This record gives sequence, C-alpha cells and structure tokens, in this order.
Amino acid sequence: MTETGFLGAALRSRSLVLGAVLTAVFVLAAVVSFLWVPHDVTAMDIPNRMKGPEGAHPLGTDHFGRDILSMIMVGARTSIAVAVVAVGIGMVLGVPLGLAAAARKGSLLDEVIMRGNDLVFAFPSLLIAIMITAVFGASALNAIIAIGIFNIPVFARLTRGAALSLWTRDYVMAARVAGKGATRISFEHILPNVTNLLIVQGTIQFSLGILAEAALSYVGLGAQPPLPSWGRMLADSQTMISIAPHMAIFPGLAILLTVLGLNLMGDGLRDLFDPKIRRVGR
Amino acid sequence: MLRFAFKRLVSLGLSLVVASVVIFLFVEVVPGDPAAYMLGLNATEETLAALREQLGLSGTLAERYLSWVGGMLRGDFGTSYTYRTPVSEMIADRMWISLPLAIYALTLSTLIAFPAGIWAASKRGSAADVSVMGLTQLGVAIPNFWFAMLMVLVFAINLRWFSAGGFAGWEAGVYPAMKSLTLPAIALALPQASILARVMRSSLLDTLSEDFIRTARAKGLTKRQALWRHALRNALIPVLTIIGLQFSFLLAGAIIIENVFFLPGLGRLVFQAISARDLIVVESVVMLLVFAVIVVNFAVDIAYAAVDPRLRVRG
Amino acid sequence: MSLLEIEGLDLDIHGEAILKGVSLAVQPGQIVGVIGESGSGKSMTAFSVMQLLPDGAMCRGRVTLGGHEMLSLPEPSLCRLRGNEVGMVFQEPMTALNPIQTIGAQVAETILIHEDVSRAEAMARAREALERCELPEAKFPLSRYPHELSGGQRQRVVIAMAIALRPKLLIADEPTTALDVTTQAQILRLLRRLVDEDGMGLMLITHDLAVVADMAHEIVIMRHGEVVEAGPTGRVFDEMRHPYTRALFEASGHQPEREESPRDVPLLQVRDVVRDYALPRTRLFAPQEHFRAVNGVSFEIAKGESLGLVGESGCGKSTLTRAILGLEEVQAGEILLDGEPVFTGHRPNRDVRRRMQVVFQDPFGSFNPRWKVGPLVAEPFHLLRDPPTGAARDAAIAEALESVGLAAEDRHKYIHEFSGGQRQRIAIARALIIKPELIILDEAVSALDVSIRAQILDLLADLSARFGLTYLFISHDLSVVRTITDRVMVMQAGEIVEEGPTALVFDAPQHDYTKTLIAAAPVLPERGAA
Repeated sequence: MTETGFLGAALRSRSLVLGAVLTAVFVLAAVVSFLWVPHDVTAMDIPNRMKGPEGAHPLGTDHFGRDILSMIMVGARTSIAVAVVAVGIGMVLGVPLGLAAAARKGSLLDEVIMRGNDLVFAFPSLLIAIMITAVFGASALNAIIAIGIFNIPVFARLTRGAALSLWTRDYVMAARVAGKGATRISFEHILPNVTNLLIVQGTIQFSLGILAEAALSYVGLGAQPPLPSWGRMLADSQTMISIAPHMAIFPGLAILLTVLGLNLMGDGLRDLFDPKIRRVGR
Repeated sequence: MLRFAFKRLVSLGLSLVVASVVIFLFVEVVPGDPAAYMLGLNATEETLAALREQLGLSGTLAERYLSWVGGMLRGDFGTSYTYRTPVSEMIADRMWISLPLAIYALTLSTLIAFPAGIWAASKRGSAADVSVMGLTQLGVAIPNFWFAMLMVLVFAINLRWFSAGGFAGWEAGVYPAMKSLTLPAIALALPQASILARVMRSSLLDTLSEDFIRTARAKGLTKRQALWRHALRNALIPVLTIIGLQFSFLLAGAIIIENVFFLPGLGRLVFQAISARDLIVVESVVMLLVFAVIVVNFAVDIAYAAVDPRLRVRG
Repeated sequence: MSLLEIEGLDLDIHGEAILKGVSLAVQPGQIVGVIGESGSGKSMTAFSVMQLLPDGAMCRGRVTLGGHEMLSLPEPSLCRLRGNEVGMVFQEPMTALNPIQTIGAQVAETILIHEDVSRAEAMARAREALERCELPEAKFPLSRYPHELSGGQRQRVVIAMAIALRPKLLIADEPTTALDVTTQAQILRLLRRLVDEDGMGLMLITHDLAVVADMAHEIVIMRHGEVVEAGPTGRVFDEMRHPYTRALFEASGHQPEREESPRDVPLLQVRDVVRDYALPRTRLFAPQEHFRAVNGVSFEIAKGESLGLVGESGCGKSTLTRAILGLEEVQAGEILLDGEPVFTGHRPNRDVRRRMQVVFQDPFGSFNPRWKVGPLVAEPFHLLRDPPTGAARDAAIAEALESVGLAAEDRHKYIHEFSGGQRQRIAIARALIIKPELIILDEAVSALDVSIRAQILDLLADLSARFGLTYLFISHDLSVVRTITDRVMVMQAGEIVEEGPTALVFDAPQHDYTKTLIAAAPVLPERGAA
C-alpha cells in the first residue's frame, strides 16, 4: 500500500476524521490559550457572576464572574498536559519492560515483571492518588504520577502479548540466524511491528488519562488552585447546579467531547492499521 | 481443577502480602515523624507520644509491620486519631453503603451490557448495531461524576423523583435504601456497561469468525443456534477479564460518586481522613479496597477455569 | 439421477468473479476428486453446495442435491439438509472443534439438531459414530475435550460429526493437508471405508493430485474458478487433454536436473548430539524432568552434497536444525562445520555461523513487513566482521536478487508486493548474500503450489551447481525429498532410524518406520499407466 493509499483510507474513515477534528479543536484551544484568551481567568467580576451564555461570555460566567470559555481553554492545557505526561510515563517504562519480558519469556525476569504488573493492577489510579495525597499533599504532579503508574502495566502487558507472538515469526528466527541478539531484535523487528498497537492504545490511554485527571481534580486530589482544571470547575459548580446549570454543563461537555474525539480516533486508527478489518469493512 | 485453584490461592496470598508491604512502606516513608505529621505543628509532646504509642511506632520496621498485619487479621485496624473510635467499626458502618453500591452497579452494568453486546453482534453492520455502538461510544466518554450531576439536575432537582443525595439508611427499609442508591448506581454502571457491551460485541464477533462456528453451521445449526450454543461461552472469556477489572474501577468510581451524592460510604471516609491527616484510616481503607480487588481477580481466574477446560489441566 | 449436480455455477463475492460456469456431478457411492491450486475456487465450490458462503456472495446456476435446489431453498430448509443429507469436513482439525465442549456433546449435537431423540440416545449414537471413525471408547470416552486429542484424532471427531446421520453426500475440503503422511493415509482409508459402507457420495477437495489418484473414481481439475478438465480418473491421467492438467501432473512429480559432483570432503559433521528440554515442573519440589528432543544423532554432509532429512511433526527435526544453526546449545555431542564447532564455550561461533544460512517454510512470516527488500536481504551481513557498505552493499544485494531471478530494483519494494513464490526467492537471496557453503532448507517448498514448487526446486538445483552449495533439505514431504537429494535420513522420535542413498532408501527401505512412511505417501501413477 502506498502512502497516498493510507491517507486516502484515513480520510474515508468517518470516525477517524470526526475524532481527529474533535481532538484538534481541544489541542488548538490549549495552544491558543497561551497567546490569547477572551478574558483573564484570574480576574473576578462579582457583579457579573453566574451569568448564562451571552455576547461577551459565550459560555457564561462562574460564581466569581470568571469567563467559562477562557477557563475551559486554559483547563484544556492542564488536562492535556497531565494525560500526555502520564501516557508518556506508561510508554517509556512499560514498553521496554514488555519487550524485555517477551524476549526472556518464562525467565525469572519475565515472572517478576508480570507479577509486578498484576500487583499494580490491584491499585486503581485513584487509590494510588489517595495514598500519594495522604502523604505528600495534593497537586497536579500527583495526578500525573498516579495515572502514569497505572499506565505502566497497561503498556507492559500489551507489548509483551504482541511481542510474544512476533517472537515466533520466522523473520525473528532469520535475524537470530544472522547473529543478532535479543535486544537488537527487540528494537529492529519487534518494536516496529507493535507501534501501531501502541499508537491505538496510546490514544485510548490518553482519553482515560483525561477522564482520570478530571475525576482526581473533582475530588481535590489533582490540580490545585489557581491552576484551572475541568474537574475542579465541575466541583465548584456542584453546589450551584440548580441556579447556574451552565457552570456544570460546559466543562463536562469539554471532557466528553475530548474523550469522545480521542476514542473515535483510536477506533479509526485500529481499523486502519488492521488490514483484515479494512478489507472486509470497506 | 483443585490444583489449579490451589495454585491461584497461593498467588493470591503472595499478592496480598506484597500489596500490604507496599502500602505499609508507603505510609512509613512519610517524611519525618508520622505522629507529628498527623497532628500538625501545634501538637504537644504528650499528645505526640500518645499517638506514637497508638500508631505502634515503637519497635523495628518489621515488628511494626507484623503488628499492623496481625491486627488486621484479627479484625483490629487500629484506632482513628480524629474520631477516637476503632477503624474497624468505622469501616464496617461505611461498607454497608459502598459494597451494595458496587454490587448494584456491577449487576446493572452486566444486565445492560450483555443483551446490548449480543444484540449488536448478531445484527452486525445493521442500523441497530451502529446505534448501539454509537451510544456506547458516548457512554465510554462521559465522566461518571458529571453524568451523576446531570442526573441530579434532571431527576432530583427538576423532576423530584429522587432525593439529590444522602442515604436513607437500611433501617428505613430496603426500598428507600435501594432508591437512594439507584442514581449513584446508574451513574457508575452506565460507562462500565458501555465498555462491557463493546467488549462483548467484539469478542462475540471474533468468536463467530472461528472455524468451529463454520463446523457447527455445517452440522445444520442456524446462525442463532451457533451463536448461543457455541460462540457465546467462548466469547465470555475476555468478557470475564473485563468484569474483573471493572470491579476495581467501580470501587474507585464509587469513592468519587459517593462525593456527588453525599453518601456516607468508604469514599467519604477516605476524603475526610485525608483532610484530617488520619493516616491509619487511609492505610486501612486502601488495604481493604486492594484486598477486594485481588480477591475478585482470584474469583475471575477460577471462573475462567469453569468456562475453559483447557485451563483446568494446564494449571 | 445424480446425487449432486452442479450446473453452470457462477459465484461473485463483492462483485469479484470467483467461480465461472462450474459444472460437476457426484453419484451415490462415488468419490469425486476436485483438484486445483490456491485460488482455483475449489473450496468455494464446496461452500456453494453447503450454501455457507461469506457475506456479499452471489450464486447463479443450479446446484441440485438429492432433488433439492440448493440455490433457491430458504435458510431453514438448508439448515435441515446440512448435517443430515450433506456433511462437511474441513482442512484445519486443530480449530474445527469447539474447545470448551466435550467431543461427545459436539457429535451428539448433529443428532439432536435434526432428530427428536433424548439426550441419552443421542449420546449413544454419538458413541457409535465415533466407533465407526475408529475412536474406541476405552481411549476416547465421550467426555474428552478437543485439546486432549491430536490433529488426526480431532479430524476423526469432525468426520464422526459429519457422518453421524449417515448423510448421502460428504464434502471433505483438504481433509489431510494439515496432517502427517501416516495420519493422512489413515484418514483417507477411513473416508474410503465410510463411502463403501454407507454408499454415500464423497467430494474430496485437494491440491495434491497424488492423494486422489488411487482413490477417486472421477477427477475434476479446476483453475481460476473454472473446470478445465473432468472425467474418470484413469482416463484423465491417460489422456490429459488440457495443457494445465499436464502441467500440474508434471509439476507434481517434477524432477529438477542435477549434476553429479565429487563428494568426499565432509562439510558438516554431527556427532552424538543430544538436545534436552526442561519440562514444566508438575509439583513445586519435584525433580526437574526433561524431554529428549534429539537423542544421539550423528551424520555427515559432504561438500556439494544434498542430504534429505525426513520425519513427521514432533520428530525433532526442527530442534536439530536450531542446534546446527547454533541458535541453541546441545547437551551432549558436537556439531562441526569444516572442523570448527558451532558453539564454543557456551557462545555461538560467528566464524562458523557465517558459513551457513537457512530458508524457512512460510513465505509470509519470513520477512519483517516494515522493512524493504534491500535491508531484508542484507540482514545476514550482520554476521560479517567487515560488512560491505554503500555501493558494494547495493551491488551485493543486486547480485543476490538477480541470482534468484528477481530484479535489482526489487530491493526498493516492501515484501507484501510479492507473491508466495517470489518471497521464497527473496528468502533464498537472503541466504545467498553472504555466500555460505551450507544452506538448510527447512520445509522450504512445503507451503507452495506445485507449479511454483517445481520452479523453486529448479532454482535450488541450479544454484547448487553454480555456487557449489551444500543442502540439508528438511521436509515431511517424501516426494519432494526424493527429487532433490543424494542421500536421505529418516528421523523418528529424536533418532535417525535409517540413512542411505535416496534411491536405495525409497526403493528398498530397511527400517519398519521408513516402510510405513513410504507406504503411506500417496504416489502419482506413471504417465499413461493408469
């Protein structure tokens, strides 16, 4: 398949296009917020508090009169940054662990890595965050560490599983006959053939990361004031929900649409990368 | 089968030991004196000494660990500093909200997901399939606590069908108690049901393309019969894994959802304990939740073997 | 009237023509062999009869089975016919059974679906069907699960399911392709017996002319979705009216031209080699147990010689291959190439390894799909201390590709742009690039269609003459080994049981196992003799 064929197939995939557009909107909002926001997110304007959507404030204002659109734009930074770094931690540590476990299948190393994975799986990221916060206090960094730790076994397992089946391929045998060692084979032959899988899983973990960050910030274990975050905007809105429902609706929609975009993109990419599905489901 | 169960049991025990060590050490790494940390800056020497005694801070690391674990095994989780009551009693009270909530949610999620997933798979590519999958796509993306807030807005504030929060208490009767858990359970269940329905559908589709389904069709089974008699039980294997994993998400999710509905469950307890720096309570609740997750995963492993005869011999 | 009559059957799948005007007939008690290479449409013909076609399939024409017009019957009526009037057996026995149901339940299901009988009676009749397929109760109770059976045994269960209701027609789609020769012979004998006993018709689909030669009453030869020749077996083999039939026949028994060369200097010496694998411990403190995959194997290959190694799956030939290639250390004995050991001090000896290469069976799994052909072919350069770079490297790649009949420019393509036969040529180019002396051909032509196989065998013979290559030719396929080797060894359960000049071993086998193997292998009739 040629590159244009790949691009063509990508553009024909409705979920991929929709997902990419949604994701792009929020990434763009985060980037633009560094240069310009409609209103200063720290400026309080008590007389105009809890205003519904109208001209100057398209998404209304919060209980301190701050512009909700601006806060969502700045909050996108926090969400995206936390999720990206957490997925990064998971990939950078998890993928090599998975590759190593697969290369030495059945060895003590493999056993230790897999049992370690099982153990981490027993700690949902929220519990890790609770422990970290209980001891070190709450911060966005905690959220990153907690979500990142939870991502490690996700990537390690995925990589190991895929790598194990690749290790039985004859091209790996051919590389061994050519005198290549396990590390070299892992990076030259195994890793390139699991990247598609990692990209798909990465998008999904990215979306889970955004959900997790929002949840942690909502219960006060994540980003702290004055750092704006979607989860805390929702926490602030909760007591005001009967008088100012727009305060709850818009940040929630931001989370929903970003996560939806990432998931659609992940699904689209998976279909695109899996030639079996592509041929059948055209 | 027995050997299989025994092996799993051994690994269950090991996981619990390692998990308890991790949690214990984590609290031990608190910089400085945990007693001073918990009491803050204005503590007097006497209260500090009393707390140290109560925390079992005398003795070596190993002694402290053993006395903590030994206490838990006897059902003694220590005494909360802030509430001055045994942690085990506090947990027991809260558990009667959190555990029913998680089970309620898991049941709902399974009851929604199985029919939806099977229906979508059996009508692959149809409008029904596309709309079920579209809905689950939304369900997966929705933050459950936000969904909970919206439900409060619609069903409690506007329609007044439910109360906006709080727990009626089991002594008020099963119906009022379950009613006050219903919105929280739906909020927890819907995203999980979406994930489960998607897994069910794709696992079923994978199984339906296996050779043995073709064999079954060649025997004269209709598509429906092949699906129900041969595909479904085979497709259940990955679905069980997800149900097991979901239990831990439900527990964690319950902690957050309890916050939305002001339910006095384990979640509320943990957050109160964090703000009061009540480390004993945090440590105990985390250990308990991890214990639950590990035990559920053990049950899933056993369930695998019940479904799949190949696992019974392999062990 | 015929039992099965197919007339002018056209089949399109998503608009692509798969079958074009296929006609054939099966009489009761008759075996009809349908033969073709991959893509000939032979399996799709079978699925058209069963009406178990993939989505998007469109049939036109007539398929009449025992008076029923299969193409116009509604689905519920088709379900009543399948398993009852017509049974089907598939190629891959390992995956054809539901892994989580007992074999008894699966065979009994055929009966329960079609007849209103109690479960106990269905089970009793399932027992009977299994007995007829030579799975005795003592060893194969109804409560067995598929994973407890071997491939051949599973195929018997699939056959038992298909014949439990004594259908009028049995369709067998490559029923023995995935099996060893001796198992293949047993399954074919079983099918023939069932045809004789029940007087049912059998449509036997295969790629192997020899399988049907001494079994089928009628032969249908297919190519590109069309029937090119059909008739009584004897007549088809006698006359071979269509050139494709002739080509297929010649390719099946193809004998590449090979030159004799002086062979006295030993190149590879294998002495008393033992290879053990640790078995998983059954109990925590049980003593470590071992499985001896290779047990005291000794042999030599002379320079320029072509030695065959024949054995069924699990006999240890792959383990031996890995040991010779220096990928795994042996527990006892030694392996020397030109007097140098392949393993020195627990490490593979690179000086030795660069003098041998290997070609694998699977033309699809042998190449990293993300690499271009150039780097793929050049990969063995890693073995050299001072590998060529730049223009010298490109020249070497070009030379290797050209020597196997491909173009130098092919190095810029990805592997999915090549057909199975071309990929096997690329695999050979990869083996040639560092100019090895010994090439191990591990089932190197087993996955190829006969016509492609003949071309690759010619290429191998030609390369051996041009570069003075020595071959160790490993295969389960006796007919191929016979055509390309000077000497042959027969391996069973980790030991070499017989060894000698190829012609001698085939004509006058000494060991019982060799005799069984040779008797089991299907043979093509001599041209015009049938």
